[in-house]
Amino acid sequence: MTVAVKESRRRKRFRFDKDKAIGLALVTPSILAVMVFVYGFIAWTLRVSLSAWKGLLPDYTFVGLDNFRQLASDPRFHIDVRNTVIFTVVFVGGCLIVGLGTALLLDQGIRAEGFFRSLYLFPMAISFIVTGVVWRWLMNPAQGDRISGLNLLFDKLGLDFLVNTWHATPGWGIAFVAIPAIWQMSGYTMALYLAGLRGVPEALREAARVDGATELQVYRKVVLPLIRPVTLSALIILGHISLKVFDLIVAMAGKQVQLDVPAIYMWTTTFDGFFFGRGAAIGIVLLVSVAVLVVPYLAYTLRQESGQ
Amino acid sequence: MYRRKGLRLFAVVAAFALIAAACGGGGGETTTTGGEGTGTTAAAASEVEVFSWWTGGGEAAGLEAMIKVFNEKYPNIKFVNSAVAGGAGTNARAVLASRLQANDPPDSWQGHAGWELIGTYVAADQIEPLNFLYDQEGWLDVMPDTLIPLISKDGNIYSVPVNIHRANVLWMNPTVLSDNGISVPTTLDEFFTALDTLKANGMDAPLAMGEQWTSMHLLETIMLASLGADGWNSLWDGTGDWSSAEVTKALENFAKVLDYTNSDASALSWQDAGQLVLDGSAAFNIMGDWQEGFFRELGKTPKTDYDWAPVPGTPGTFQFLSDSFVLAKGAPHRDAAIAWLTVAGSREGQDAFNPVKGSIPARNDGDRSLYGEYLLSAMDDWASNTVVGSLTHGVVANDSWKSEIDTALGLFLSNKDVAAFQDALVAAAAASPNQ
Repeated sequence: MTVAVKESRRRKRFRFDKDKAIGLALVTPSILAVMVFVYGFIAWTLRVSLSAWKGLLPDYTFVGLDNFRQLASDPRFHIDVRNTVIFTVVFVGGCLIVGLGTALLLDQGIRAEGFFRSLYLFPMAISFIVTGVVWRWLMNPAQGDRISGLNLLFDKLGLDFLVNTWHATPGWGIAFVAIPAIWQMSGYTMALYLAGLRGVPEALREAARVDGATELQVYRKVVLPLIRPVTLSALIILGHISLKVFDLIVAMAGKQVQLDVPAIYMWTTTFDGFFFGRGAAIGIVLLVSVAVLVVPYLAYTLRQESGQ
Repeated sequence: MYRRKGLRLFAVVAAFALIAAACGGGGGETTTTGGEGTGTTAAAASEVEVFSWWTGGGEAAGLEAMIKVFNEKYPNIKFVNSAVAGGAGTNARAVLASRLQANDPPDSWQGHAGWELIGTYVAADQIEPLNFLYDQEGWLDVMPDTLIPLISKDGNIYSVPVNIHRANVLWMNPTVLSDNGISVPTTLDEFFTALDTLKANGMDAPLAMGEQWTSMHLLETIMLASLGADGWNSLWDGTGDWSSAEVTKALENFAKVLDYTNSDASALSWQDAGQLVLDGSAAFNIMGDWQEGFFRELGKTPKTDYDWAPVPGTPGTFQFLSDSFVLAKGAPHRDAAIAWLTVAGSREGQDAFNPVKGSIPARNDGDRSLYGEYLLSAMDDWASNTVVGSLTHGVVANDSWKSEIDTALGLFLSNKDVAAFQDALVAAAAASPNQ
């Protein structure tokens, strides 16, 4: 009996009808395009990263891992890695804290929740370039007569201790560049958390309250553990944005080594300096670092889905 | 549910891929049209495609003025203006690189005269020598002798300079100087004394500087002041020694000059830095002479609101940069391209372009009635001074070399380590020499 059912199901899955034929025909061009424009170019970039290509015209002379070895001892790339780590920690940490905080506040059943939700989510509709330009003005590091932006505001409010040099701070400027990024993406993180919070059954909270848990305990022991998968998703999404950050920094600070990140180095060395081999090597390093972050997550979610 | 979500995601990705494909297709179509144009016009020579990054402001207006001259002289050749927007040509050069790699060159394109062109396009065998045109038009007689080697390789001249800008200019606020009893400094020592006086009188940052490329501009002028014209030239033609004590001294001078600059430099553009001089919050700014165009745009009066002099230590030397046009090897419309270059190098063409752009003609026979007070002084110096090339603006070093120097400079700005800076410069010179 069960065998027969399974058999019929399997047959059903493999039946090839007109709808499926049309569907396949419709997605085939996309599949081909993805094969060429995504995977084809990844393969090509890998080839270039192993080549001695420097100059306008392609030179595919194989040099093994030379480009990667040079990056490992390149002081500018060391700055890039350091900057990326600082940016990622501040940006992801900031987004998670602000996002979770605002989500918890919005979850208290306040009035005009829809209004606040949109308000916090709106910055996400802006591109990083625009955010960068606006925050470049806001975080103008000038002081004295030329004080402006946030520094001027702090000065007028008598909050002099908050006046600082922002992204022009030697060594730690990149941490300040993360502030606009947090401003932009924490609303999105909030939306993720809010969806998670809404998914926690009221019955569980009730049960905890009946057992005598305080509101704080309800959150710490019941709600937060249940939305841990949301934190993981947010971590992955924000993390890969952070590794690839480019436009925000270029818009805020132009091309300067102190605020350099791998994506900017890749761009300048390839198109300003014609070091195509080195640029491709940086691209591969970026790809691998994002893959290290994303692939385990994809594997995890796929397993979860097939489990359901 | 999950599966459907997955499908939707896939659909979005696929849609993007399709858009990308469509864009690629569009580009291909344009190319085909160009190809057809080639077929029909090769005989009639009725078209010339000129590629530049002049899309706005005085540059675009200057180009238009020069196109007008071209249209009057060659009414049967259609001028196709393929300008790509983007600061200092970064985007345009990427577009040009992909067109050249696809073997689809424009007839002529814009580039900074010198090694930015030679190192990239001569090395890749993409442009033709223009000695025949220089001979035919008599340009060698009207351009400075010291200019020609800087835009040549192995005796071949590769581009037609349309305009000349001067890099080694010190911009000053005359009121600030007279209030502090300072006369115009002509040597580095006088410059340091003046800066010390201003600092002692309470001006924290008497020398205004902007973002990283403006510090490279400052570096090259201070190096020129320290090394002299011959010493500077020798660093680029392979005869000089980057590890010498003279270079160490030059870099130390640069490090010292940096002590007098504003702490928020990295957040300022070159215009912002110029504004500081106008406002009197700084006394000096070292910038190319496009700064004058900015001052005039603001309605400021020369010699009253601002004054100028060669960078201390460099009087008698004209550190130049120039926009120039080349002849593509295998240009689809070679004759028309040569006609365009003839106009670009002519007195009429240059006098149409330069007053609008705010630069001086590369020829020394420009119509003096068309130029303002500063530009006239620059024209006099251009005709009489020793001409040397600018690093920041593409004359003396190929792009790979320059980008390595830029990296070394960026590292130096954060760690201020002169020895490491010099080591990096030595390594950059060894890895990417001009050849």
